[in-house]
Amino acid sequence: MSPMQTLFPNIDWAEIGQACIDTLLMLGGSLLFTVVLGLPLGIWLFLTARGQLHARPRLYSALSLVVNVLRSVPFIILMILLIPVTKAITGVSIGIRGAIVPLVIGAAPFLARLVETALREVDRGVIEASQAMGATTSQIVTRVLLPEARPGLIAGATVTAVALVGYTAMGGIVGAGGLGALAYQYGYNGYKPDYMLVTVALLVVLVQILQSLGDRLVTRYSRR
Amino acid sequence: MIRFAAASKSYRVDGALVPALEPVDLVIERGEVFGIIGHSGAGKSTMLRLINLLERPTAGRIFIEDRDVTDATGSELRKLRAGIGMIFQHFNLLSSRSVADNVAFPLRIQGNVSEGEITARVDELLELVGLTAHARKYPAQLSGGQKQRVGIARALASRPSILLCDEATSALDPQTTASVLELLADINRRLGLTIVLITHEMDVIRRVCDRVAVLEAGHVVEMGAVADVFLHPQHPTTRRFVAEADHREGHGPEFSGVTGRLFRLSFRGEATYSPVLSNVVRDTGVEYNLLSGRVDRIKDTPYGQLTLAMNGERVDDALAQIRDAGVDIEEVTR
Ligand SMILES: Nc1ncnc2c1ncn2[C@@H]1O[C@H](COP(=O)(O)OP(=O)(O)OP(=O)(O)O)[C@@H](O)[C@H]1O
Ligand SMILES: [Mg+2]
Repeated sequence: MSPMQTLFPNIDWAEIGQACIDTLLMLGGSLLFTVVLGLPLGIWLFLTARGQLHARPRLYSALSLVVNVLRSVPFIILMILLIPVTKAITGVSIGIRGAIVPLVIGAAPFLARLVETALREVDRGVIEASQAMGATTSQIVTRVLLPEARPGLIAGATVTAVALVGYTAMGGIVGAGGLGALAYQYGYNGYKPDYMLVTVALLVVLVQILQSLGDRLVTRYSRR
Repeated sequence: MIRFAAASKSYRVDGALVPALEPVDLVIERGEVFGIIGHSGAGKSTMLRLINLLERPTAGRIFIEDRDVTDATGSELRKLRAGIGMIFQHFNLLSSRSVADNVAFPLRIQGNVSEGEITARVDELLELVGLTAHARKYPAQLSGGQKQRVGIARALASRPSILLCDEATSALDPQTTASVLELLADINRRLGLTIVLITHEMDVIRRVCDRVAVLEAGHVVEMGAVADVFLHPQHPTTRRFVAEADHREGHGPEFSGVTGRLFRLSFRGEATYSPVLSNVVRDTGVEYNLLSGRVDRIKDTPYGQLTLAMNGERVDDALAQIRDAGVDIEEVTR
């Protein structure tokens, strides 16, 4: 017996490999759509808030309420509630594709808030200077707010990605596949503690990689 | 030319309208350096921001080059603003862009200037403000004075006819302040730009402005040529500002041991350097006792101001002779 087999007698490494790939696919896919939805939503939240460039207090309250509701529903419940929606969008309610819908709906409002916060950090004076130069609101968003807030936005995306890793693991419980599913299936239900150990270790490594990547990008774009 | 026609501004605070600027009527001529001085909260920024419509007047109209711009919106407003540069106390540079890209920014957002022209214009402007060597740096790598020079270069990029300065030197040390003011005066001379400058320091007004308005709680309480306002301040607020700039003595007590009548003499232009007093003493035999004095410049004009006590039979003759030489006299009451 090789040392690996002695240490982890129950583990099928090919299955672990597949689970890693599934987790990365789920993470990548959901992060992509989370950014695609969350970034504009965060920009809208920022712009429509009282006293901002496109102040629409009512619209802001409505958006804000939706965001808060989605953020306050526990992810597991959200996933179950969203099964019909998921089916309508992707045709399936389980597996990687099935998981992406609730992941995005759970994470996009979270990212949107972080985007809003990051944009609020941009010096008002800089926005005012751009207005004084005759910039349009869309120019201010794309050429002033987003570049100026870039470190904050990257940090927000990193936090969201890490949160998504946790969500994908939870998704495993309702059959979404990936490392979380393995941990639950064998580690918890089947009582094979070595599975639990390996999958959790891999998730920790993944989170570490995401965080240090994010930190590096933040440092790189910080010019203050 | 910029004209305020009964323009006023109130802000809505907790549902109530709070006046920040009472109706103002004034004209700022093309090519002049116009100063607005006032204490914090007097309404200076509000007044300045009405010019490029960062704030809309609550009532009254704003005219620029005889055009009523009060209700300008959309592309008309953006075009108007492109013709009005603005610099700020805290510079307000884009921290994520290099010096060159900051200066290029107004040209890029206008969208009708080629990259080649932009590069040429940026080089020219950086040369003008003396920052050619710093083009590739980021704002965080510059000193306050250098940042303000970037701000000035950026404000001039689209060749505006008006430059608004909101406390442009308040965050700078005295020496840097002097060099930035020198640059502004130079730009005004060379480019014929109209400059509207707000400050809470009379010294800034004295060095670069042609005319000044004194703002107090939203009211323009005094306005006129800087030399007149500086040498003969009327309103108590103006007097206080002048006294601060002058480190001028207060009234009374320190002259208590002095005999004779007290006068304040204001010399302007050529008179400043002519031997008026010695001629008067020789001709009338009065004696004078110099109590305080200062010789300096208001923008490009030399001036002097002396406080002295005069004794003798022919004080009135002496005063007449001094007046004839073009010197203003005020009797100081003790
Ligand atoms: N956006 C605003 N909303 C409500 N009140 C405002 C607003 N901007 C200015 N004010 C009020 O209007 C008055 C004039 O403000 P303003 O900024 O014009 O003063 P200032 O002379 O520029 O002062 P400082 O020297 O401190 O910059 C102040 O009482 C201020 O509190
Ligand atoms: Mg101000």
